[in-house]
Amino acid sequence: MRNPLGKKITDIQPSGIRKFFDIVSEMKDAISLGVGEPDFDTPWHIREEGIYSLEHGKTFYTSNAGLKELKVEITNYLRRRFALDYKADGEVLVTVGGSEAIDVACRVMLDPGDEVLIPQPSYVSYLPCVVMADGVPVTIELKEENEFRLTKEQVLAAVTDKTKILILPFPNNPTGSIMTREDLEEIAEVVKEKDLFVISDEIYSELTYSGDHVSIASLPGMKERTIVINGFSKSYAMTGWRLGYACGPAEIIKQMIKMHQFAIMCAPTNSQYAAVEALKNGDKDVCTMREAYDQRRRYLVERLNSMGLTCFEPLGAFYVFPSIKCTGMTSDEFATSLLKEQKVAVVPGTAFGDCGEGFLRISYAYSIENLKKALDRIEVFMSEHSKNN
Amino acid sequence: MKEKILKAIDKNSKLTAKELAMMLGSTEEEIEKNIKEMEENHVICGYPTLINWDCFENERVTAIIEVKVTPQRGQGFDKIAERIYRFEEVTTCYLVSGNYDLAVIIEGRSMREIANFVAEKLSPLEAVVSCATNFVLRKYKEHGMPLVGEAKEDERMLITP
Repeated sequence: MRNPLGKKITDIQPSGIRKFFDIVSEMKDAISLGVGEPDFDTPWHIREEGIYSLEHGKTFYTSNAGLKELKVEITNYLRRRFALDYKADGEVLVTVGGSEAIDVACRVMLDPGDEVLIPQPSYVSYLPCVVMADGVPVTIELKEENEFRLTKEQVLAAVTDKTKILILPFPNNPTGSIMTREDLEEIAEVVKEKDLFVISDEIYSELTYSGDHVSIASLPGMKERTIVINGFSKSYAMTGWRLGYACGPAEIIKQMIKMHQFAIMCAPTNSQYAAVEALKNGDKDVCTMREAYDQRRRYLVERLNSMGLTCFEPLGAFYVFPSIKCTGMTSDEFATSLLKEQKVAVVPGTAFGDCGEGFLRISYAYSIENLKKALDRIEVFMSEHSKNN
Repeated sequence: MKEKILKAIDKNSKLTAKELAMMLGSTEEEIEKNIKEMEENHVICGYPTLINWDCFENERVTAIIEVKVTPQRGQGFDKIAERIYRFEEVTTCYLVSGNYDLAVIIEGRSMREIANFVAEKLSPLEAVVSCATNFVLRKYKEHGMPLVGEAKEDERMLITP
């Protein structure tokens, strides 16, 4: 029998997270600080709306781009929160999570050989999505000394005449770093000068801790060059509902709707009804959760720094990305020994790109009690492994 | 800062000043000073534990009693409320608007104990016009925390991107 598989997919390395997941799941009573989703339940009024939609027989397809009411609420929300001005008709596509939006955006924008700049460490999907869309991923290593922000110089150094897209993953998973308005203005300049497009993954946009998130699409001349990707998973604790969206120039969104129509039909109907409620009446929930994350973030950063796992102050998402250089171990060694010896699971920085070597991703999507317990164990681990001993 | 402290300890009074300082971006001294002030001003009145007695072996009975009273000249409801809430069986006492005046929640070991309290202590008070006793059949939620259902486990996968 001949090989049933295509070369493109088999050549893609499985996610480093997956490998570590297999080790962790064999470990009984491990405390995990390894998840990338909120610990909160979806607020009840949002769930209630989902239930209500089921009770009332909202069990059919919606239009391909999404419920009209939801698209309108999305545009209202983006205007209210991030000064983004989109038309509900033609400039919005409701997707199955932000992940689908990333995939579809790559597929409709790339021709074989087009280069895509991917800053790393970052979310694990960008690179495979680009490869499957026949693009050529070009990674840019974000640096700790820049607090893992992307600089103009780094973009300029990576751009060639084949570069078409820059992926902008901020607030960033796994580093927790954000881009300020000034940072973005510099990037926007290069993007315009080099005639690039931006896929801006803003899924963590509600989770920033030093003022509101700024979207690059809100800068002058950038709306026509940017696909903004956002969703409900992180801001409203709705990961399992699988609902995200993409907004951008009508010309691009039109093709994305076509792709989405052939592959997906439409995002889950009940999730869409629940999401309308989230956008209409969920601002308060977002504030409450943000405040809780912020408290945990401060607690975590202070304790990690005090035990020698130094980290810059992450101002977004729900991750801390401490350096483990003082231990002399690799990320993999550290995470594996920590799991074996103290039964605490964290994710090695290398799962998010080779330049994550020397770092760990620690999630604070856990209760303070949980964090406390885990940190106590990490403290013991550090006192046993510190090079100074 | 005070409001932040209160919000943080509202659902978890076990947090130490040191932990609160880290969480709220303050110092231990600052937190302790604020808490002390609030204790002195009766903003913080105590640190009780939320107990679900139904899960414990010796059962208890709770009743919500709707009490109508005649307010007394010059003292309004306060005096009569005090005469009622001073009984140690009374766990909660509110002055309410509506069809009755005082909502009194009492706890006892048995229905008889509560019946005796109402018949012998509460009703005979001169200012009390009438009492309607409602026994609690099941407690679902108190102080913003659900009491029923099993302890919730973390259902998330251990590691996700």
